[in-house]
Amino acid sequence: MADESLYEFLHSEIVGYVTEKSARENKKDDLSSLEYMGFSSGFRIIERLTKERPRFNDELDTVKFICTDLWSTIYKKQIDNLRTNHQGIYVLHDCAFRFLSKLSSGRQYLESAPKYVAFTCGLIRGALANLGIKCLVTAEVQNMPGCKFHIHVQRS
Amino acid sequence: MSRQGARLDAKRVNSELFTLTYGTLVAQLLKDYENVDEVNKQLERMGYNIGIRLIEDYLARTGSGRCYDFKDTAEKIQAGFRIFLGVSPQITNWGAGGDEFSLVFESNPLTEFVELPDHCLNLKYCNILAGVLRGACEMVQMEVTSWFVQDQLKGDNVTELRVKFIKRLEDAIPAGED
Repeated sequence: MADESLYEFLHSEIVGYVTEKSARENKKDDLSSLEYMGFSSGFRIIERLTKERPRFNDELDTVKFICTDLWSTIYKKQIDNLRTNHQGIYVLHDCAFRFLSKLSSGRQYLESAPKYVAFTCGLIRGALANLGIKCLVTAEVQNMPGCKFHIHVQRS
Repeated sequence: MSRQGARLDAKRVNSELFTLTYGTLVAQLLKDYENVDEVNKQLERMGYNIGIRLIEDYLARTGSGRCYDFKDTAEKIQAGFRIFLGVSPQITNWGAGGDEFSLVFESNPLTEFVELPDHCLNLKYCNILAGVLRGACEMVQMEVTSWFVQDQLKGDNVTELRVKFIKRLEDAIPAGED
């Protein structure tokens, strides 16, 4: 068993590495490789998580699985609030997002919040991609440690 | 939401999550550097950064005090592996001076699902562990170095991490008092 704190430390090292890399390449705040790393982690972990699970009924069911099972495995809690317009937009609200909860409770360090949510955006996107849903995931942080993840499903 | 089928084994999935995330990181480093030695160095450095923080967590959890000798250190390192990675490496092959030992891993959680392609034979996939040990020990005034002697990814039966004590670090004199 990998202890939780170990995962948090690893995550912050990954964030640190990507930040350094984008500074070295003179691309300010280029978080795409962070997002990509999240994507490939999510893509793989969801396969392990859904191994013994029956098929999902529909898209909403899949997103619910992300909110409950995936979230509680990774972040030790479920998503606090899930909203949808039933047309492919979902908003997942976590009132105390784990990667932010040790940073601040309020607006301090708000400018570095995007770095700490990019990996998770990718993670959600990767997980859904492996379940057959193409989407775009963005995050919105107004007041730490709360965070809202927006999922836009792309229909072709 | 109703849950059908088998319940998830949260602990196991968790360690898999760590393994997979670590794998993603190594893959990214390989892509960025294209030079295996540089990747080894980066992994060690990241491990060091993790180690200097992880030690606080370790001390807070175990409440252990200073080490009496290097044997004691070895046991505490072993305990650390149990707490954080859920594995118990064996302590063997003590060096003649008592300042060197090996940690032998029968299974290594970091290398689950991993196979090394041929062009990565020099990659020390788990080099992060060496960094963690160095960082953590440095924070308790010990300079150690460690390296892999055997690696399951390279066809050995076990993974063996050799740890060597270098010196004791003295408390620095506060500025202005020398």
